[in-house]
Amino acid sequence: MELGPYLILASLEGAVTAAVLALTAVGLSLVFGVMRVVNIAHGEFFMLGAVIAWFIAHSLGGHPAVGFAVALVAAPLIVGAIAVAADMTILKRVDYDPERTIVATIGLLYIIQQLALMTYGPDARPVEAPFNTRIALPWFERGEGGWQMIWPWGLGTTTYKLAVIGAAVAVLLGVWLLMKRTRIGLVMRATQADRDMALAFGIPVERVYAMVFGMGAALAALAAVLIVPIQQAHYLMGADPLLLSFIVVIIGGLGSLPGTVLAAVLIGLSDGIISVFFSPTLAKILATLLVGLVLVFRPEGLAGKRGA
Amino acid sequence: MLVLDKINSGYGRAQILRDLSLTVKSGEILCLLGRNGAGKTTTMQTIMGLLPLMSGQITLDGQDVGRLPPHLVPRAGIGYVPQGRRLFAGLSVAQNLEIGLRTRNHGPETLDEVLELFPRLRERFRQRAETLSGGEQQMLATARALCLKPKALLLDEPTEGLQPSMIEAIRQVIVQMRSQGVAVLLVEQRVDAVISVADRVAFIENGQGGEVIDAETLRRDHSIVERYIGV
Repeated sequence: MELGPYLILASLEGAVTAAVLALTAVGLSLVFGVMRVVNIAHGEFFMLGAVIAWFIAHSLGGHPAVGFAVALVAAPLIVGAIAVAADMTILKRVDYDPERTIVATIGLLYIIQQLALMTYGPDARPVEAPFNTRIALPWFERGEGGWQMIWPWGLGTTTYKLAVIGAAVAVLLGVWLLMKRTRIGLVMRATQADRDMALAFGIPVERVYAMVFGMGAALAALAAVLIVPIQQAHYLMGADPLLLSFIVVIIGGLGSLPGTVLAAVLIGLSDGIISVFFSPTLAKILATLLVGLVLVFRPEGLAGKRGA
Repeated sequence: MLVLDKINSGYGRAQILRDLSLTVKSGEILCLLGRNGAGKTTTMQTIMGLLPLMSGQITLDGQDVGRLPPHLVPRAGIGYVPQGRRLFAGLSVAQNLEIGLRTRNHGPETLDEVLELFPRLRERFRQRAETLSGGEQQMLATARALCLKPKALLLDEPTEGLQPSMIEAIRQVIVQMRSQGVAVLLVEQRVDAVISVADRVAFIENGQGGEVIDAETLRRDHSIVERYIGV
């Protein structure tokens, strides 16, 4: 097989990574943008989403699609509720002070992680995909009679992976519409622009914060439910999404949603392609290097505003 | 009528205001004069609930607003035009005004009334707030506060850095608010501008209230001002 089919395969894998990463990173970006909170526990909300999805799918039984569908709705809601509770009991108490919230969310990270270890255990467990039909992809090759279509062995994807990409695009569009077109989005953007002025114009900032923190966590959980049929749920699975989300959010520009999505596609695709051709470690090294370059030459990120 | 009764306030443990008392009657412009760091902005932020009230009482038309959570203070009817304008960047003129309208659930009629006062904003309606000129931004900051149909209006250096025509436009609106019975508390650096528009002038020094003098008296005798401000 020549290079082309490999590249398509790698891009498809990368697109799945990018889709899940975009959801997770947008959650992190939203929380940082509106609340100025650097949420170190974001990866644990991702992990919780996967673990809760496993619990739901496992206890419901029946057709895999039923358990998965329930998990897709319930897991983000449960994780969102946990995050709201964490916001009201912890972050609010430390007055959303930038340094203290970092320490507080580090604490939250370990609490969630250890609780997951105690209840869920150290094993990695899969959730069955609701549907998973293989699709073979064609490739064009110049044969004797000119160009012809062939079906190289191994070149293909599954309906589920395509559905993950589609679902992520739909959710991201939903988030964008929420921010740009709705009353609640306007209130969130006003709070992001100037917290004190939001208060001075009657916006219940504490309630907005609780909602945003819940929403950010719910997005991470949703991303995890989508990926868990491909990757399995494990109590330590939050570390990679956290690192990659931070990379994406820094490259995209802190608090900028379009920049975050752009950077997620960039990092996800390059991660997929470099992992296939070289090694996943090299992919992480290059991504981290890119963060360094962005911080030195364009500290506001690709789409961020200078001085914001 | 906005009444501050022996209020104490500050940032964290650093107390700025000490037993400050002030009364702004409805349909009156009271100007707060004092040196830099005397506590003028702190007074306004304390009224808005953005800084904690350590002791004392703040009432608006008899209602205790000093103990309200910060986001309920504007809903009681206090409009705030902060120093440096502090518009909601990234939001359009229309959206900035919409936030103001929603504070006390006013509808499109109020928006029309406010835009009547600032026709320039109608031309810039869909533009982002941060793309406006300095004067237009000040108009928007003022209009945003007027969208509350406030009983009391706090203006913190509203004419800072503006060209004379803009200063005059803002002044006209402030005078109009007075005629509609709004209690106006004004902080202003330029003494001449103050004396020409204020009904009474309250001096503030080291966070403590000083004399409160009729503006008419000051217009005749400038020496009092110089004693407090030290030109």
